[in-house]
Amino acid sequence: MSADAGRPARGGAPLEPPRLSLSPAWRRRLAAIGWGIVSLGLFAGVWEALWFLGMLNPLLLPPPHMFLADIPGTLQFFDRSNRIGSVATGGGVGALLFTMASTTLRVVIGLSLGFSCGVAVGAAIHYVKLLRNLLLPTILMLAPISPVAWLPVAIFVFGIGDVPAIFLVFITVFFAIVLSTGAQIESVPKNYIHVARIMGATQRQTFWKVILPSILPSLFMTLRLNLFAAWMVVLIAETVGVGTGLGQITSMARSTFNAKLVFFTMAIIGLLGFLSDFALRQVQRKMLWWIAPNQGGAR
Amino acid sequence: MSRPAVSIQSVSKRWTPEGRAPVQALKDLSFDVEPGEFIVLLGPSGCGKSTLLYMIAGLEEVSGGTIACDGEPVTEPSAERGLIFQEASLFPWLTIADNVAFGLSVQHVQPVRRREIAIEMLKRVGLGDMLDKKPDELSGGMRQRAACARALAMRPKVLMMDEPFAALDVQTRARMQDFLLQIWRDSGASILLVTHSIDEAISLADRVVVFTARPGQVKTIVPIDLPRPRQSRDPRYHAYRDMFAELLADEVDRAFAEQEAV
Ligand SMILES: Nc1ncnc2c1ncn2[C@@H]1O[C@H](COP(=O)(O)OP(=O)(O)OP(=O)(O)O)[C@@H](O)[C@H]1O
Ligand SMILES: [Mg+2]
Repeated sequence: MSADAGRPARGGAPLEPPRLSLSPAWRRRLAAIGWGIVSLGLFAGVWEALWFLGMLNPLLLPPPHMFLADIPGTLQFFDRSNRIGSVATGGGVGALLFTMASTTLRVVIGLSLGFSCGVAVGAAIHYVKLLRNLLLPTILMLAPISPVAWLPVAIFVFGIGDVPAIFLVFITVFFAIVLSTGAQIESVPKNYIHVARIMGATQRQTFWKVILPSILPSLFMTLRLNLFAAWMVVLIAETVGVGTGLGQITSMARSTFNAKLVFFTMAIIGLLGFLSDFALRQVQRKMLWWIAPNQGGAR
Repeated sequence: MSRPAVSIQSVSKRWTPEGRAPVQALKDLSFDVEPGEFIVLLGPSGCGKSTLLYMIAGLEEVSGGTIACDGEPVTEPSAERGLIFQEASLFPWLTIADNVAFGLSVQHVQPVRRREIAIEMLKRVGLGDMLDKKPDELSGGMRQRAACARALAMRPKVLMMDEPFAALDVQTRARMQDFLLQIWRDSGASILLVTHSIDEAISLADRVVVFTARPGQVKTIVPIDLPRPRQSRDPRYHAYRDMFAELLADEVDRAFAEQEAV
């Protein structure tokens, strides 16, 4: 990409309407946003129409205008001291943000730990034959187990709290990254390694300066593919009473048949999932600047 | 005369790949490369030319015999012996300048000095205005020049090239050969270049080492006694071309006959 791709093109007649001076990059971005709005609008529209025609029970499937209308009322349920069965009292925007932040933080910590430990273990397994023989069979056996199945284990070991939720997210990415790291190191072009050796690089320099950058794009792709799964498991972990978090709210909403709250929380979760994917893409663009956009992690 | 830049004595190489029959790639191979000499290696496919370069570079071990550079036996890779591959193999995550400075960064040269050297080398290969480009923004010929600059930045005494221009089109190839001769004169390094092209061999070499079919041995060593720049219209040039064509045809026939016998 040229350096000025993000900026509106300068120059041109000063009387030109500003719309015409948008650079192609901005035009593409606006188009994407536009289509996003249309797509969501269509979805909400169909839902609203079904309700309007009396085909939906608003108590069970309240259309968007209903669960978004009474936001202050809904926000009461985000009170930090809220538990299933208690009467909604405090809450408010602050509490909502706190809840969102708790869940997001668990996802972020779990992903970061899972990614870095995964790369470390994957590389160790690749380079140390003894470790490979000792660990690989077990890892291959544990990898296909759904992270959700780990939930009881996590609670037995870590008790109730933040840790089981973080652990579940960790598990979601860890095995995928371990296996992918080994496979990717295997497929680093031999000539890259030859060049490093000829230039006198030590094993350690070769790993940090050649192997890691060359496998990073694919690892990032693996991370992104597992991001949504991470959001799914964190909610499940939170239903078991971590005390805070969107999963806990959904669970409470379900037990109290509060359909508005269910859908409001679902909307928030969807938004967060979308934003975190967007954020990860931005990180990817910054860190993996040499990969053309849309090329993903492909090599 | 001083010590040879590279001395290859009775070198043999037997590949023993896991789960497959061993391959005798080179057998009892001997020749010397003088300092500043331009050697071209010519031979049928599979006769072990690449294998020889890898062993001189120190990336592979010999199975028998010795390789010495400047009198020192080769035991491991060294920046004094640069190797350039058919694909430029630039690191896509580094800019061109950083690619050229890679070897210097590995050896902990200060960043400012590194950049100075990279700029100097890139100017020398005619890429002075490509410093901060990504490798995939360059054409194939430019990438190969950047790979040259990367090797030259280490001031090698021996520069090895494994079919460096094979992937380029004919016009670019001719320009790259001129460029290479200039680099060679400027740097004073000895060059060992592998090619399949008889014309490339005659245009570039001081001496051409012709290999036999596998197991590779020296069939003959032909000094090219033509003044540079060499003209393909020169009748002596044609004589060389015919000679090499005949030498190679023999070996290619032998290689095929052997394959059919197996
Ligand atoms: N890493 C390796 N493991 C096993 N055998 C190998 C290896 N590298 C090369 N060989 C074998 O050694 C022989 C010589 O290979 P080499 O690549 O050196 O030939 P070459 O002269 O460079 O051929 P070409 O002109 O096709 O590049 C071949 O039979 C090849 O199969
Ligand atoms: Mg070869």
